[in-house]
Amino acid sequence: MYSKVRTCVLQGLNGYIVEVETDLSKGLPVFNIVGLPDTSIKESKERVRTAIKNSGFEFPLSRITVNLAPANLKKEGSQLDLAIAVGILKASDIIKDNIHDSIVFLGELSLDGRINTIEGALPMIISMRENNIKKCIVPYGNKDECAVVEDVEIIPVESLNQVVNFLNGSENISPYKCKNSPMLDEEGIFDVDFSDIKGQEGLKRALEVAAAGSHNILIIGPPGAGKTMAAKRLPTILPKLTFDEAIEVTKIYSISGLLDSNSLIRKRPFRAPHHTSSQVSLIGGGRIPKPGEVSLAHNGVLFLDEILEFNKNVLEVLRQPMEDGVVTISRANASITYPSKFMLVASMNPCPCGYYGDPYHECTCSQNSIDRYLSKLSSPLLDRIDIHVEVMPVNYKDLNNDTNVETSKDIRERVNLAREIQIRRYKKDKIYSNSQLNPRNIKKYCKLTKEAELVLKEAFNKYKFSARTYNKILKVSRTIADLDAEEKILEGHVLEAVRYRSLDKKYWG
Amino acid sequence: MGVNSLIEVSKRNILIWLSSLNIGNKNIEKIYNQLDDLRNLWYMSVNNINKLNNIGSQVKEKIIKNRNEEYLKNVLNILEEKNVDVITIYDKNYPEYLKNIYDRPYVLYTKGSIIKDDEFAVAVVGSRKSTAYGKWVTEKLVKDLTKFGITIVSGLAAGIDSIAHKAAIESNGRTIAVLGNGLDVIYPKRNKELYREIEKKGAIVTEYFLGVEPYKYNFPQRNRIISGLSLGVIIVEAKEKSGSLITCHHALEQGKEVFAVPGNINSIFSRGTNKLIKEGAKLVMDVEDILEELYVLQERVREVKKENIDYSNLSQMEIKVVELIKEGPVHCDIIVYKTGMNISTINSILTILELKGIIKEIGGGYFALL
Repeated sequence: MYSKVRTCVLQGLNGYIVEVETDLSKGLPVFNIVGLPDTSIKESKERVRTAIKNSGFEFPLSRITVNLAPANLKKEGSQLDLAIAVGILKASDIIKDNIHDSIVFLGELSLDGRINTIEGALPMIISMRENNIKKCIVPYGNKDECAVVEDVEIIPVESLNQVVNFLNGSENISPYKCKNSPMLDEEGIFDVDFSDIKGQEGLKRALEVAAAGSHNILIIGPPGAGKTMAAKRLPTILPKLTFDEAIEVTKIYSISGLLDSNSLIRKRPFRAPHHTSSQVSLIGGGRIPKPGEVSLAHNGVLFLDEILEFNKNVLEVLRQPMEDGVVTISRANASITYPSKFMLVASMNPCPCGYYGDPYHECTCSQNSIDRYLSKLSSPLLDRIDIHVEVMPVNYKDLNNDTNVETSKDIRERVNLAREIQIRRYKKDKIYSNSQLNPRNIKKYCKLTKEAELVLKEAFNKYKFSARTYNKILKVSRTIADLDAEEKILEGHVLEAVRYRSLDKKYWG
Repeated sequence: MGVNSLIEVSKRNILIWLSSLNIGNKNIEKIYNQLDDLRNLWYMSVNNINKLNNIGSQVKEKIIKNRNEEYLKNVLNILEEKNVDVITIYDKNYPEYLKNIYDRPYVLYTKGSIIKDDEFAVAVVGSRKSTAYGKWVTEKLVKDLTKFGITIVSGLAAGIDSIAHKAAIESNGRTIAVLGNGLDVIYPKRNKELYREIEKKGAIVTEYFLGVEPYKYNFPQRNRIISGLSLGVIIVEAKEKSGSLITCHHALEQGKEVFAVPGNINSIFSRGTNKLIKEGAKLVMDVEDILEELYVLQERVREVKKENIDYSNLSQMEIKVVELIKEGPVHCDIIVYKTGMNISTINSILTILELKGIIKEIGGGYFALL
């Protein structure tokens, strides 16, 4: 009286196939689960017992041993309920069939036998595809999310009874297919638009370049200059997510339980944590490590408004994820790696009172307090920001400004084209955007015309760039050239990129 | 006589006449102050001349002896022959700054020309023996100053003075040499070539009549004119006791700024300047240090920059942008709206103008002429 069914557990974003072995033997009725189950699995005993009973089946009165193999892997999550229940029903011959060995069962049981939705279904399905699993039974509520992966047959089920009937062949459930193609080209709908912003052409252009190349950007300016307003409108011009990117994002949101529509995420994430955020909330962690804001912003934007109001040590933890594109969280019971390729958008005032350099207000800060304020942003962090822009409130009174302002749609079209060029170019390099170029790739892809080279040399001598700034300018020029759909970087592209160069000498000199 | 009608015994000519008699400026002043009308001197009785206060008998004798039109005519003829211009305090082109200094010169003999823009002048002086360092500093400062249309005043002496004049001429600037002798005496002799150059590209000025030798005691006197013609005096190198320090003394008396170039403390050629700095002279490291103190020059520099923009190597669009920035600091948004070009083009143009050294960003997207 032995049975074997398969299910899946997650470690970070990776799913592992777990075999649930069930053995019924004579003896005093006991129900034991072995194989490093965590509390939520130990509790599943009660759910499984009640659900089987309430579904109208008999719970076997024997010594039940459930083993979760491989036994050395720690397991957690309530999605094992269904597999355990099916294992018991199979061992007690209620489920007759043995053909369906290759099916993976996912689902949490409710006491009345219904199957509840689970967290992290998508990453599990994705790892199943990698493990060549062809068929999977999932909770009805997770079907849209799971159907994203087209190579795996998704059988959505609502109750334990349905599962039994399906396995016994008395009910046919056709595999669920996503009705719409998963990559919808539909335009996102936003209630804000770039055309809301009057003036600040320089800032708008800088954001456009940043969005096109996924460059980190730092916006410095006094209050009321329009920093936050512009940054809040950034999502409206972000390029479309590619399918691979969308899956990566959805995986993370799936395990965080933040997937509201239960389908593929199609908008680039835009995360704006408050400046009281802790290190753990930013990086991720907890007893069972969860992704933090940097991972939730993966392939999207992490917007830190008033970045200097953040705790200094909170900011410093951003360095490693920004550099590596991944963050590894080690805790007593696990060490987990989450992706964190985000675009950092930071805004700040030039001084504590905010008005340093403002032509219309007087700054009341002492040099000391300004220095102390600015020192919160360390140079290693600054080094990782490609685009620096300064904004000032501009008096437009004497301008009869009838020029038609560009809408987000116009900008987004350019950004999308530029990003498509990049994706095509970097297909072999497994990167998505210019900001991810490493020094070797910069040499390979950032080819300048003779004139552009000359201009860059001249600028190099005039502004005394560091080697790092030099590379940043090349990367940004590459993006500007892509916005113009030029293969080589022209003079004008370099010249514009120089405008967005680092301000570290001016403020942090 | 027919000659009489040609020679006018004007106040101006009286001054020239007195000066040609080698009567010192102090004595001329005393006479000027005692008479209601200088012309009276020509017609006064000998008795009355002798009654003039505080004037030495030798001077009085000279006056009495030479009161004839033949002599005056001769003087004026010589001046004309030798191409010497005369500026007296009665003349409109008498330098404004000189009018108010102590012991102002009543008569100035000039070659070349003093123009209106020479109001914006700075004196560069230093010791006759100079070091390589002094030469380097002088050339650097003078070149930077002349670039902004500032006239360089100095004393045509050997050493720093000559270097300053030369550097000004080389960078096509204006320069004024103030001599301690007559215009027909060239001292030091080897500056003959330079003398001609200055005559062409600036002016040579002296208060001494033709033929006056470079007497030792003339030079300290001359220094008051050097500082008088300038807004400030830069002392490049000076030993502990140096004529340049007299110029500095005059400058302070006249309320002019004094600048000193620092040197090694063990260099005897910088002891004087270092001491000046210790006593409160402004330390000069570059031309900005000078402009910082002289508000009038700042204005001038701004004007010159506006005029001097070289449009020849600018494109049509670049000129458009420069024209906007010329009006005063302007935000790049405004440039975008006023030119109708898009921001990405404007950004490129702004960088190229910055590279060409025409404009600079003053922060927050505002741009101004450099």
